[in-house]
Amino acid sequence: MAAVSGLMRRPLEQVSGLLRRRFHRTTPAALQVTVRDAINQGMDEELERDEKVFLLGEEVAQYDGAYKVSRGLWKKYGDKRIIDTPISEMGFAGIAVGAAMAGLRPICEFMTFNFSMQAIDQVINSAAKTYYMSGGLQPVPIVFRGPNGASAGVAAQHSQCFAAWYGHCPGLKVVSPWNSEDAKGLIKSAIRDNNPVVVLENELMYGVPFELPSEAQSKDFLIPIGKAKIERQGTHITVVAHSRPVGHCLEAATVLSKEGIECEVINMRTIRPMDIETIEASVMKTNHLVTVEGGWPQFGVGAEVCARIMEGPAFNFLDAPAVRVTGADVPMPYAKILEDNSIPQVKDIIFAIKKTLNI
Amino acid sequence: MRKMLAAVSRVLGVAQKPASRVLVASRNFANDATFEIKKCDLHRLEEGPPVTTVLTREDGLKYYRMMQTVRRMELKADQLYKQKIIRGFCHLCDGQEACCVGLEAGINPTDHLITAYRAHGFTFTRGLSVREILAELTGRRGGCAKGKGGSMHMYAKNFYGGNGIVGAQVPLGAGIALACKYNGKDEVCLTLYGDGAANQGQIFEAYNMAALWKLPCIFICENNRYGMGTSVERAAASTDYYKRGDFIPGLRVDGMDVLCVREATRFAAAYCRSGKGPILMELQ
Repeated sequence: MAAVSGLMRRPLEQVSGLLRRRFHRTTPAALQVTVRDAINQGMDEELERDEKVFLLGEEVAQYDGAYKVSRGLWKKYGDKRIIDTPISEMGFAGIAVGAAMAGLRPICEFMTFNFSMQAIDQVINSAAKTYYMSGGLQPVPIVFRGPNGASAGVAAQHSQCFAAWYGHCPGLKVVSPWNSEDAKGLIKSAIRDNNPVVVLENELMYGVPFELPSEAQSKDFLIPIGKAKIERQGTHITVVAHSRPVGHCLEAATVLSKEGIECEVINMRTIRPMDIETIEASVMKTNHLVTVEGGWPQFGVGAEVCARIMEGPAFNFLDAPAVRVTGADVPMPYAKILEDNSIPQVKDIIFAIKKTLNI
Repeated sequence: MRKMLAAVSRVLGVAQKPASRVLVASRNFANDATFEIKKCDLHRLEEGPPVTTVLTREDGLKYYRMMQTVRRMELKADQLYKQKIIRGFCHLCDGQEACCVGLEAGINPTDHLITAYRAHGFTFTRGLSVREILAELTGRRGGCAKGKGGSMHMYAKNFYGGNGIVGAQVPLGAGIALACKYNGKDEVCLTLYGDGAANQGQIFEAYNMAALWKLPCIFICENNRYGMGTSVERAAASTDYYKRGDFIPGLRVDGMDVLCVREATRFAAAYCRSGKGPILMELQ
């Protein structure tokens, strides 16, 4: 559990140490960077690279970001490029989309994706569908980003996972980073992409440090949208997840490894367009599949993975039905014991894996 | 409209002389005429647009031709719709031609315009051909959106549609105005909506941000007094749409007079370009 005690907040020294490091341009060895700082770096590099990129949202400028993700950016780039908005999601999301239509490259931050529901018409009808409806005349190069899914004790209206809702819509790209490397590479790719991209971050992951490999420290480090990553090789079962649950799956894999079960853990990274080929290849190797997600089960990401596996060549390689591990089908309760049991835990993942393997 | 046509024909009538006398005649008639236009109702403004305007022969012919073309195109679209050759929705602006032609006359081609679904007239005035518009309406590949958009989703240079969701185009327009300000090229964005849409909450969110950030956005309410089948008295607690911007100055313009619309647009565009922030126009 130690690796995923998500609420470690790094002191300021970590950040200034980082800044010192970049400034002196010493040969980068592997570096400990939190997910928050990785997103911050990614946005900073893209703001510097392209004049047309700007950030808008509630508290992003003078407050340094509601979760401090945009720390230091307003001080560096000023009022023109980092814009504080009033609490008007539908209004400012529409303004961001309009600015994108007119040729700028906005990053529109939702304080959490729960509030994006206020603006969902602008995301879907004004952003996602426009390139198609216009016959290719009007691109909308916008990024919608913010924390998604369950947090800690914020209860029902602030804990919903929107991966399935946004993943449903043609015209949108949807990514869901897990670690710092994912966060940095995907936000940069999203900003450079000419399509509307939804970046589903995770508040509990913001403070978690990960080793950032040397290639990820380059200013042109990009992770391609639409490509999953195999985080851990295995032979007995394929475990597919996105966002924070990837960490839980790796923990479960470590526990099961001691019992001789080797899990192949796949980090989806992108929800839409889904990299089903990587999952298929893995299932054809291991013959078993478990999907893990924080969202509700009905019409969820796991449901889509299972359906696509059935429709493709990998179905014939399955030795058992695929199993989904999901959030509980209830609005998120408040009490800690109830909340803990409403999201997938390591023990739930282990249980599902053993059930699939008939152990 | 009739007054307009009478005036134009007065100017033109003099020019219908046999060719041999044309050169001589050019000394005998004016190339332009002065018209009196209706004074606009003002909200939070000390002065409004001028009450007289000069119309040149060239402009007169141009506006007349454009309005006639829009009228004929809309009536034809109506016919095609009733024959079920145009499917889905078909929102027509016959009767409102003075709005699209007058607005275009008041701005530059480098300015921007966005409207809702009653967009065929604007699609034409912003530069697309009747052929492209009718092809799009009838679902043909030669349509401006390759047949994939239809009546409500036509786009052109500096023209952002054509938007189906009532009111959604207003924050979009404020965003385009933000891009105008960001790029610093002195361009403005005309953001249109109807009397029905004027009651949408997101419009007030857009008013707030546009005023806060002094965006060069001209909010324009095309008031044809009916939102679908509901009259304005049954839909709005206040039918003074030009005042609904509250802290945003506004003017009510005679939307049936192309010259009145033109002068008001020039006035509003000058206001925005001077950096004073947004302004609201109601075209009635």
